[in-house]
Amino acid sequence: MAHNNPWPDEGNTGHIWDEDLRELDNPPPLWWMLSFYAGFIMIIFYSLYYPTIPLTNASGEFTKGMADWTQVNEYQEDFKVLNDWRTAKFADKEEQLAALPVTEILKNEDLKSYAIATSKALFGDYCAACHASGGAGIPGFPVLADDDWLWGGSIAQIEASIANGRIGNMPAKGMMGNLTDQEISDVADYVIALSEGRGDDAAYSAGKAVYSKGMCVACHGPAGTPMAPTGAANLADGIWRFASDRDSVVSVIAHGVNVKKNGVHIEGTRQAVMPSFKERLPNADVNIKRLAVYVHSLGGGQ
Amino acid sequence: MSDKNNHSLHDFGPTGSMLENMDTHNKNLENIGVEILPIHTGGTVHAKRIPGFFRSLKWWLASVWIIFFIGPYLRWNGHQAVLFDLESRQFHIFNVTILPQDIWMLTLVLLFCSMLLAASTTVGGRLWCGYACFQTVWTDVFTWFEEKIEGQPNKRIKLESAPMSWSKFVIKMKKHLVWLLLGFLTGFTFVAYFVDVFDLWKRLFFFEWSLIETGIILALGFATYFFAGILREQTCIGFCPYARIQGAMIDTQTELPTYDVDRGEPRGRLKRLKPGEEAPKLGDCIDCNLCVAVCPTGVDIRYGQQFGCITCGLCIDACDSVMEKIKKPKGLIRYASLSEFAGEKLPVIWKRPRVIVYAGIMFIALGMLIWGLLNMSGIDVKALHERSPLYVQMSDGSVQNKWTVKVVNKGNEPMKAEISATGPSDLRYNVDRVLKIQPGNVGAATLYVQIPKKRLISTSTPIVIKVVDLNNPSVFEEYSSNFIGPKVR
Repeated sequence: MAHNNPWPDEGNTGHIWDEDLRELDNPPPLWWMLSFYAGFIMIIFYSLYYPTIPLTNASGEFTKGMADWTQVNEYQEDFKVLNDWRTAKFADKEEQLAALPVTEILKNEDLKSYAIATSKALFGDYCAACHASGGAGIPGFPVLADDDWLWGGSIAQIEASIANGRIGNMPAKGMMGNLTDQEISDVADYVIALSEGRGDDAAYSAGKAVYSKGMCVACHGPAGTPMAPTGAANLADGIWRFASDRDSVVSVIAHGVNVKKNGVHIEGTRQAVMPSFKERLPNADVNIKRLAVYVHSLGGGQ
Repeated sequence: MSDKNNHSLHDFGPTGSMLENMDTHNKNLENIGVEILPIHTGGTVHAKRIPGFFRSLKWWLASVWIIFFIGPYLRWNGHQAVLFDLESRQFHIFNVTILPQDIWMLTLVLLFCSMLLAASTTVGGRLWCGYACFQTVWTDVFTWFEEKIEGQPNKRIKLESAPMSWSKFVIKMKKHLVWLLLGFLTGFTFVAYFVDVFDLWKRLFFFEWSLIETGIILALGFATYFFAGILREQTCIGFCPYARIQGAMIDTQTELPTYDVDRGEPRGRLKRLKPGEEAPKLGDCIDCNLCVAVCPTGVDIRYGQQFGCITCGLCIDACDSVMEKIKKPKGLIRYASLSEFAGEKLPVIWKRPRVIVYAGIMFIALGMLIWGLLNMSGIDVKALHERSPLYVQMSDGSVQNKWTVKVVNKGNEPMKAEISATGPSDLRYNVDRVLKIQPGNVGAATLYVQIPKKRLISTSTPIVIKVVDLNNPSVFEEYSSNFIGPKVR
C-alpha cells in the first residue's frame, strides 16, 4: 500500500496498491439502495405474514403469522393434491383389482404390471421385515424368490397364505416322539444325503429305516418329497427351510417346529409362524391380491 | 433521450466518445501497452444507411432468417416438419425422430457449429457477428423500421431532443408498436417449434395459452424488443461473450475490414485552393467521417481493429461511395489482413494450421453425426439386474437371476418385442410376456434365467440378452449382462 496519495481530491479512501489501484468511496447505485431498503420493508411484512417470531403464545402454541401458514400444512395439502390425482387416475384399475379373482388378475398383463408396481412399498412395510426386500429371505425365514413352496406356489395358494397365515408344525423326535439320539443322528445323515441325491446309498440304510419308523414319511413323503403342499419341507431338493448345516438339521429333528408344552414353546424348537394379514393390512381385500401377484412374480410362482 | 446526452454527442470529438475528453494518462494503461480504443458511449447510435455491396449482402444473408419464421408452418407426413415435442420427449425433424436416447448427437451439432464459428472467424473475422447473428439482423430490421417511421438519422436526433408533443408521441408510438409486434412474432415463432403452430394460433384467440407458453412468448418478445430496439449495439459491446471470444480468435492473417493507413494518412478535407496556395500533401482520406456515420456500433474503423467492430463491412460501402465521388480508387477501407499490409504473402486457406485443426474437428464431428444418424437404431434396451436378491437357489439345483428388461420403441411403428437370453449351453430362461410397445413408448418385461449350479465356474458369468421386434426382425438389440451366482467352492 502506498503511503502517499497522488489523487487527494478524488475521494479515494487512501488505500492504494500497485501504484494506481485504489479504493474509491462511491455510493452504490440508486436502484441498488432502493432494492436494499425495499428488502428491509419486505422483511417486516414477511415476519408478520409468516411464522417468524420464536415465542409461544398464551395457549402454548408457537407464534403463527397472519397467514396461519405452516410447512406441514402445505406439505399435506400438496400431498392431498397428488393423492387425489393418483386415486382418480387409477380408480378403474383399483376397481378391477377389487372385482376380479386373483387368477384373472394374473392373466391380465396391464393389471398384473399395475399390481406389481403398486406392491413394492406395501411389501416393504408389511413383509420385508421377515422375507427381506425382493423376497430374498433372511436366516430362519423363507425365501419368496425361489420356487420351493411349503404351502403351494400357485397364485391362489399364495393368496391364501397371506390372508390366513400359516403355522409350521413338526413333532420333536419323530411322530411318536420316541427317537433316540443315535436314531436322530442317523436320520439327519439320511436327509442330508437325500438333498444331495445320494439317499439310496447303502451307507444311509440305518437312517432310511428311522425315516420310516419315525413316520417322517407321513408328511415329507417316501423319497423326501411331500405328496401335497401341507407345510412340510421338500427334503429331496437343495433348499433348506431353516439351515443346511448338520447341527441345525439334528436340532430340528430333536426339537421339532412350534412344539409346545403347556402352551409355551419348548426350548430349542423352531418357531415358524406366518400371521394372518386379513386384519393387519389396510384395505385388505385388494391389497392381499396385489401382494399375492407381487410374490408370485418374484421368481418362483407356479 | 435527454438533452444532456444529445449535448455530449456533439461535444465529444469526431468519435463521439467520452474518452476523447478524458484524461487517461494517470491510468498508466498506455505505459503497459494497452491502447484505449474509443467506443460509442454518447447515447443511441443512429447509423446512416448507404446502399452498396455489403449492404445488399447483409440483406441476403439476413433473409435466411425468414426460414425461422416459416419453419413451423412446414408439414411433413401430416405433422409439423420441425417439432421439438417436449411433452412426449420426441424431436421430429422431417422424417427423423430423435428420442432422448439419441440426444448425444446434439453435442456433435454444437461442436460442429462452434468449430465453424472458430474457423470462419480465423479466416474472415467476425463473419457471424457482422452478417448472421440474430442480434445484428434483428437490430438491422428494427432500425430499418425506425428509419421508415422516424426518418433519417439527423431527423431522428432532432426528434429525440424535441420536447414531447402529440405528433412526437404518435411517431414514437408507431415505432414501438411495430417493434413490439416483431418481438411478439419472434417469441411466438420460437414457441411454435415446441407445440403445433396452428393450434397455438387457435388457442391465442381463445385465450387458452398455458402459463409457460404465455410466459416464454412474452419474455422472449420483450427481450427481443429490448435487445434489438433499445440496447442494440450495446449488447455486442457490453454483454455478448462471443464477441470477446471471437476477438481473441483473430490473428494477423485474418481478413478484416481495415483502413489502409499508408494510403489514407495524413487525412484532411479537400479544400478549394486559393490562387497561389500550395496544395497540402494529403492522403486519400478526406476525413468525411461517413465510415463512422454508417457504423451500426458507432466505432471509427480508422483506429484499426477494435472490440466494438463487428466486421459488417458497411464502412467499406460508405468509403467506396466517397472514393467514387472524388475519383480515387476504391478500397481505402477494404477486407485485408495485417500481414498483407506488412507486405507478407498469405498462405492459402487450407495451409493455415488453425484452419486445419478447426476443420479437422469439424469433420470428425460431422462424421460421427452422420454415423449416428445412419446407425440410429429403432430400439433401445436396458436390462436392470435384480439386486435383492442377486441370485436365488432353485429347488432343482440351478441358480436363478432376474432382470427387468426395458425396451424403448424408437421407431414409428408399433413393436412386438421378444426377449431371449443366451449364455452357457444349459441356460434356461423364461419371460413373463411379449411386449407390445407403441412408437416412442417404453415397455418392461421380467426375464428369469436359470443356470445349473455345477455349470457356474465363477460368481459372474457373462450372458447376452437379445430383444427382437417380431414385426420387423431387422430391428434388434443385444445387451450384455452378467449372471451372478454363489461363491464357487
